[in-house]
Amino acid sequence: MVNFRMSENIKIAFTLNGEVVNLEVEPDQTLLSALRDNLGMTGVKEGCSIGECGTCTVIVDGKATKSCIALAAAFDGREIVTIEGLANGDQLHPIQEAFIEKNAIQCGFCTPGFIMSALAYLEKHPRPRREEIRKAISGNLCRCTGYEQIVDAIEYYANEMEEAQ
Amino acid sequence: MPLFAEGNKKYSHINKFCPRVDAKEKVTGRADYAADLVFPDMLFGGSLHGPYTHAKVKRICVEKALAVPGVRAVLTYKDLNKPFSWGYYTYMTEILRYEGDVVAIVAADTKHALEAGLEAIDVEYEELPAVYTIDEAMADGAPLVHENNEDCAGNIWSHARCKVRKGDVDVAFTDCDVIVEREYETQAVEHLYLEPEAAVAVPEKNGCMTVYACAANPFFGRRWIADSLGIPRSKARLVQTTIGGSFGGKEELMGLTIGRASLLADATGHPVKMVISREESIVCSSKRHPFKFKYKAGVNKDGKLQALQVTLIEDVGAYHMHEFMSFRAVVHAAGAYVIPNVKVDILGVFTNTVTSGAMRGYSSPQIIYAQEQFYEEVAEELGMDFLAFKKSNMLHKGAIHPCGQELNEEVILPEIIENLCAKTDFEGKRKKYANQTGDKRKGIGMSIFHRGCGLGNESIDASAAYICVHDDGSVMVNVGLVENGQGLHTAYSQIVAETLGVPVEKILVNKVDTNTILDSGPTVASRCTVMGAQSVRKAAQELKSYLKETAAMMFHTESPDQVALEDGMFILIGVPDAAIPFHEVCNVHHWTGGQSGVMNWYKPPKLSFSCKTGFGDAFPTYSYSVCVAEVEVDYKTGEITVEKVTSGHDVGTVINPETSKGQIFGGIAMGQGFAMMENLAIKDGKIRNKNLDTFMIASSMDTPEMEAILFECEDKTGTYGAKSLGENATEGVASAIINALHNATGERINKIPINKVKMFELLHK
Repeated sequence: MVNFRMSENIKIAFTLNGEVVNLEVEPDQTLLSALRDNLGMTGVKEGCSIGECGTCTVIVDGKATKSCIALAAAFDGREIVTIEGLANGDQLHPIQEAFIEKNAIQCGFCTPGFIMSALAYLEKHPRPRREEIRKAISGNLCRCTGYEQIVDAIEYYANEMEEAQ
Repeated sequence: MPLFAEGNKKYSHINKFCPRVDAKEKVTGRADYAADLVFPDMLFGGSLHGPYTHAKVKRICVEKALAVPGVRAVLTYKDLNKPFSWGYYTYMTEILRYEGDVVAIVAADTKHALEAGLEAIDVEYEELPAVYTIDEAMADGAPLVHENNEDCAGNIWSHARCKVRKGDVDVAFTDCDVIVEREYETQAVEHLYLEPEAAVAVPEKNGCMTVYACAANPFFGRRWIADSLGIPRSKARLVQTTIGGSFGGKEELMGLTIGRASLLADATGHPVKMVISREESIVCSSKRHPFKFKYKAGVNKDGKLQALQVTLIEDVGAYHMHEFMSFRAVVHAAGAYVIPNVKVDILGVFTNTVTSGAMRGYSSPQIIYAQEQFYEEVAEELGMDFLAFKKSNMLHKGAIHPCGQELNEEVILPEIIENLCAKTDFEGKRKKYANQTGDKRKGIGMSIFHRGCGLGNESIDASAAYICVHDDGSVMVNVGLVENGQGLHTAYSQIVAETLGVPVEKILVNKVDTNTILDSGPTVASRCTVMGAQSVRKAAQELKSYLKETAAMMFHTESPDQVALEDGMFILIGVPDAAIPFHEVCNVHHWTGGQSGVMNWYKPPKLSFSCKTGFGDAFPTYSYSVCVAEVEVDYKTGEITVEKVTSGHDVGTVINPETSKGQIFGGIAMGQGFAMMENLAIKDGKIRNKNLDTFMIASSMDTPEMEAILFECEDKTGTYGAKSLGENATEGVASAIINALHNATGERINKIPINKVKMFELLHK
């Protein structure tokens, strides 16, 4: 097999962390690859390539999406937020602060995916019970923490947001 | 007071929560994992695996692959200057000994070209007879995994031999009232760190090779670079990237990947990145050793253990790098009990299946699963309550360890047991659950265990640290052991802060660069705080003494002993208001030519145990732990629910309570997986569940309610009295669950993992 290119590249544009980006992607290129390889968003991780581990999770139009099993070409005109879009320079997003405060991080490889899944869920379900948090993040795997302190962090952030309102 | 509470021990920076020092880069996605790195003109590297578990390459043709546009290099075993790598492993091989072996490696401009190049390699194989189980490998006339290997007797690996010999078990057994014999078996377990292995090899203009990799053992990494290229170690450099979990696993496949990337970078003159896929990681990386156990105990009617004989057989797979596991296995085979006569033997057997290596516990999760169930069975045979039996035989201060060591440090097992029993209403529930009827039955179980801290006589437990202050008062620390998620850089920052008397914010601990620090061995054996931090503490102490000389000069006093360093201020003892900020002293220190940096080294005192005698002091000290699991079993379906796990650990001194609890929570999830979920479906030496759709680890919906309880004691052995925790956290979980299942069902489980289907069969046999 020498002819490994399927066909011509496809031009797309989407909003990435608040800014419009134009890029050319291969027809079979995943959104994960476009984000990492074309756009340098290396906070989006590749852990299994089959949509099981959740380390590649990004938010697309408000919904948590596993970018390793999504084709980039289908995201023309969409609004994508990655972990890189949360902090404002040195000013962390409150959910990032909550993860630090509650010691929800160990090796850190799964951390961006958990934060994106939690944010997308909390946007629509601002007052979750602990069991609901567990369910909401069950598409993301962590091998280090046993999830306990991750759930603590999300619960803490949700309570903080509620108090702030 | 053994139960941890902040302020129990009078420290300023340790013994309390401090947010992780690497947290910010990790929550923002900025942390530099190896797969994220990009270098100019970088190529992509990959490996071709054979389709057989035991075969010989008859013909290999690379011309077509070289003709693929974008392919820059194709290398096979013919291009190597020696058949084996460092250890028995092979970078590329003519003889395939397991599914993970590699016959060729390719470097190409793009990932597409790499894929096409690998596909275009033409190989003809001759399949060879293979052995897949311990029994097959040990049968008469079995095919040999390693032909002409002087380290093997048949398929038995001579380096895996170790033993314990204390008293005379044969004589003791004849005098015992009751003899109990049981056999148990455990499975291979995948580490499943979320980050698969990755490395980038960068050829330097001066003939050196630098490799950036998520290596849990950077100095082994340096060895693999030098070994693969045949260059001196001085020209090989390993730079550690952020490590996305290791649990003992990022060593063998990681090392081979470092070697293979180096070979491709050397052949092409370009940086080469090799990123291992999840499937490749599961197939090729080492696993927790599968074990077979034979336990035999002699006990008197008064409930006192008199003699124990244990035979351990480990399936080491196709290759093995280190024999030390056998040492740890035999030393812990008898558990945390006083037994006058002990005989333990271990065998390591090669098979044509996935390789075995270190995984969180390094034999202990397997052994504790067997032994803690075994001692319950012994108590049962005696008609005794198992807890009373265990308590009456348990290790205590001044007792002689099963290997012959006199335990001179505190043993707080009674306090931990009492606390956990009260917290879980252990004995009340145990009685309540004894006579259940109905479909859903509950159970509660316990494991009591210990762990030799650090490497002990397994290997050399020495390590280096370099600490310097800059003229602005900031502090930099280089160490030889790695942050792999466990929180080591945070612990080291707190320990430097405690020793120097400056806040954690002033301190930066760097990741390992083998060019900036001495070989400090592997990040294994839960050694890095208890032993590895000793050099950090010593270096900080020495540096402080130099800074005090400058401060004394600034205070116009003769003696540095008059000077103290507290909360970032140098003070003159007994003189109110005489205080100079740390950074001002550092500035003067620098401009007056004071020594601003210190490299220090710590090597623990020599111990007497050896695998030749099987007797003596094996570890500098021990951690003690108790785990309680509560389960529910559905008799209709076999469904097992672990409802709660309470895990109590004596860690000597808590450095950081939240990161310590994080270790325990993660350990519970991993231990539960070992007991119930995690099973590699290996058929004829091949792994069938190669990714996370078929290989299951616990999700946030699967983990039980957890309680982590920290205990402290006065043990002077480790850094600031700290002891090991990382591996202890996972070691006793499976046995507590298995014992709880017995409480619920009356069934003994002599082989794990036990899932719903197997439980159903057991209940309805």
